[in-house]
Amino acid sequence: MLEFFIGHYAYWLVIILLCVGIYGILFKKNLIKKTIGLAVLQISVVIYWVAIASKEGATVTTLDPNIPVDQVANYLNPLTHTLMLTAIVVGVATLGVAFTLLMAIYNRYETLDEQELLDKIQ
Amino acid sequence: MIETHLPALIALTFVLFSILIPAFGLWRRELSQPLAVIGSGLAGGLSIYGFIEYLNHGAIRYSFGGWEPPVGIEFVYDGLSGFFVMVINVVAFFSIWHSGGIAKREFPGKEMPYYALAMLMLLGFNGIVMTGDLFNLFVFLEISSLAGYALIAIGDRPAPYAAFRYLIIGTAGGTLYLLGAGLLYTVTGTLNIIDMTPMLPHFAESTAVVAGLILMIVGIGVKAALFPMHGWLPDSYTYASSSSTTLIAPIGTKVAAYVLFRIIFYLFGVDLVDATAPFTYLVGVLACIGIIYGSIMAIAQSELKRMLAYSSISQIGYIIMGLSLANPWGFAGALLHVLNHAVMKACLFMVAGNLRAKEGHSDISLFDDSYRKKYPWTMTAFSIAAISMIGLPPLAGFFSKWYLVLGTIDNSNWIFLAVIVISSLLNAVYFFRVYEKMYMMDPYKGQKEPKDGEYNDVKGSMLWPTSILAVSLIVIGFANAVIVGVLLDIFPM
Repeated sequence: MLEFFIGHYAYWLVIILLCVGIYGILFKKNLIKKTIGLAVLQISVVIYWVAIASKEGATVTTLDPNIPVDQVANYLNPLTHTLMLTAIVVGVATLGVAFTLLMAIYNRYETLDEQELLDKIQ
Repeated sequence: MIETHLPALIALTFVLFSILIPAFGLWRRELSQPLAVIGSGLAGGLSIYGFIEYLNHGAIRYSFGGWEPPVGIEFVYDGLSGFFVMVINVVAFFSIWHSGGIAKREFPGKEMPYYALAMLMLLGFNGIVMTGDLFNLFVFLEISSLAGYALIAIGDRPAPYAAFRYLIIGTAGGTLYLLGAGLLYTVTGTLNIIDMTPMLPHFAESTAVVAGLILMIVGIGVKAALFPMHGWLPDSYTYASSSSTTLIAPIGTKVAAYVLFRIIFYLFGVDLVDATAPFTYLVGVLACIGIIYGSIMAIAQSELKRMLAYSSISQIGYIIMGLSLANPWGFAGALLHVLNHAVMKACLFMVAGNLRAKEGHSDISLFDDSYRKKYPWTMTAFSIAAISMIGLPPLAGFFSKWYLVLGTIDNSNWIFLAVIVISSLLNAVYFFRVYEKMYMMDPYKGQKEPKDGEYNDVKGSMLWPTSILAVSLIVIGFANAVIVGVLLDIFPM
C-alpha cells in the first residue's frame, strides 16, 4: 500500500495540485485568488507531462558525448519537455491577459471581490 | 501547384494580415478595417476553392517543414475540416465587412489592435480545424481563446468581467483537454490523430484512455458551451461590442463542436467511445437539456443580444445532438446546421448591431411599429433569419432540423425527436414576441396626428452584409439537397 503512494509520488503531486487548482477556481471569491488557482491547475498538468517522460536510470535530455544517443533508454523522453515549454508560454500569456482584464475591472469598479462586483454590475 | 499548399496558405493569410494590419494601422488607422476585409476575403476565397479542390481530388495532408508525420506536425484538409474552414472564413468575412461602422462608434481609435486580434483569433480557429496533431490543437485553441478574451473585453462597462469569467472557465477547459491528450499520449506514444487512431482499439479497456476521452470531451464542451458548462456565454455575448459578438458568436462554439466531431468520429470512432459507457448518448442528453434550457431562458430575456446568446446555447445543442445520433442523417443534419446557424446568428447579431448603431439600444420591450418603417431592410433581414431559426420551409433552418429529425427516427430515439419539436415551438415563441412588437405595436396610439418614421436605415457597408446573409438563407434552403449530398459523402463510417 505504502509502495503505491511512494512509488507514484509525482502523480500524487499532480492530483493534489489539480484539486487545489479546481478548488481555487470554484470556491475563492477574490478574482486574484481565482487566477492563482488557474495557474496552479495549469502547472499540475505541466508536471504530469514532465513526469511521464521519466525513465529509470536515464539522464536529462542534453547530449552527453559519453552516453551514446542511439540507445534511447539512456535519455528521458525529450518530446514532452519541449511541448511543455510551449504550454508554459501559453500559460504565462493567459496570466498576462487575466491580469490585464483584472486591471480593467478594478479601474471600472474599484473592487476585485466577486460578490461586490456582481452587486455593482446589477 | 497552389493546391498542395492550400491548408498552409489559408492559415498564413491570417498570419500575414495580423502583421500587415499593425504595420499599416500605425501609419493610417482607417486602413485597418479594409485590410482585415481583404485578409478574411482572401482566406474565404481560398477556402471555397480548397473545398472544391477537395471534392475533385480528395483530401490533402500537408506536413510542415518536410517533416513527415508522426514526427512532424501536419495539417489535414479533409471533408470535415474543409467544410468547417469554408464556413468559418466566409462568415468571418461578412462579419468583418459589417463591423466597420460599429468600430467607428463603439471603440473609436482602437481599430488597429482590434482587427489584428481578430485576424489572430481566426488564425486560431483555422488552425484548430485543420491541424492533425492533438498538442498543436491545444496551442491553436489557446491562440484563438486569448485573442477572443481580448475581443470580448472590448465593449460595455461590465465586458472585462464577462471576459474574465470566460477566461477562467475557458482556460480550465483547455487545461483539462491538455491533460486528456497527455493521458492518450502515455498510452499510445503519439500525438498525431491519424497515427493514433489504429492504436486506440488495443487499449479500449484502459482507464487512461477512458479518462482521457472524458477529460477531452469536458474540456472542449466548455468551449462549445455544452449544457452544464455554458455559464460564460450569455454575459460574454451581451456585454461584448456588437462587432465582437457578430464575429465570435457564429463561429466560436462551432469550432469547439468540430473538435468533438474530430475526437468522437475520427480519433476514437463511435464504437470505441461507447465501449465502456454510452458516452455519445450522454453527450446527446446534455445537448437536449441545453436545447430546452437555452430556449426557455431566451424567452425570459428582454435584451435582443442576450436573447440571441441564450438561443446560441440551444442551437449548439442541435449540432451536438446530431453528433450523438452517430448516423449519416444526424451527421449531415448537424453539419448543415453548422452552416445554417453560422449564417442565421451572424445575420441576427448584425441586426442587433444595426439597431444599436441607430437607436443606441437593442431592448425588445422598446421595439415598436416605427422600427420597420425606419429600418425596412434591417428588419426584413431579421424576419427572414428569425423564420429560418424557427425552422419554417423553405428557409435553411427547416432543412437542418428536418435531417436531424430523420436521424432521430433512424435511431428510434423518440425523446430527442420530441426535444426538437418542442424547442422549435419555443423558438417560435421568442421570435414571435419580437414580431408582435415590430408589426403590431403602434407607438402613436391615441395621438391625434400619427407621424410615420422616416427611412433611416444603416449605411451600405452594414446593410449589404446583413442583406446578403439573409438572402443566402433562402439560397441554402433551396440548395439543401446538393449540400446534404456532399455532407453525406463526408460521413466517415
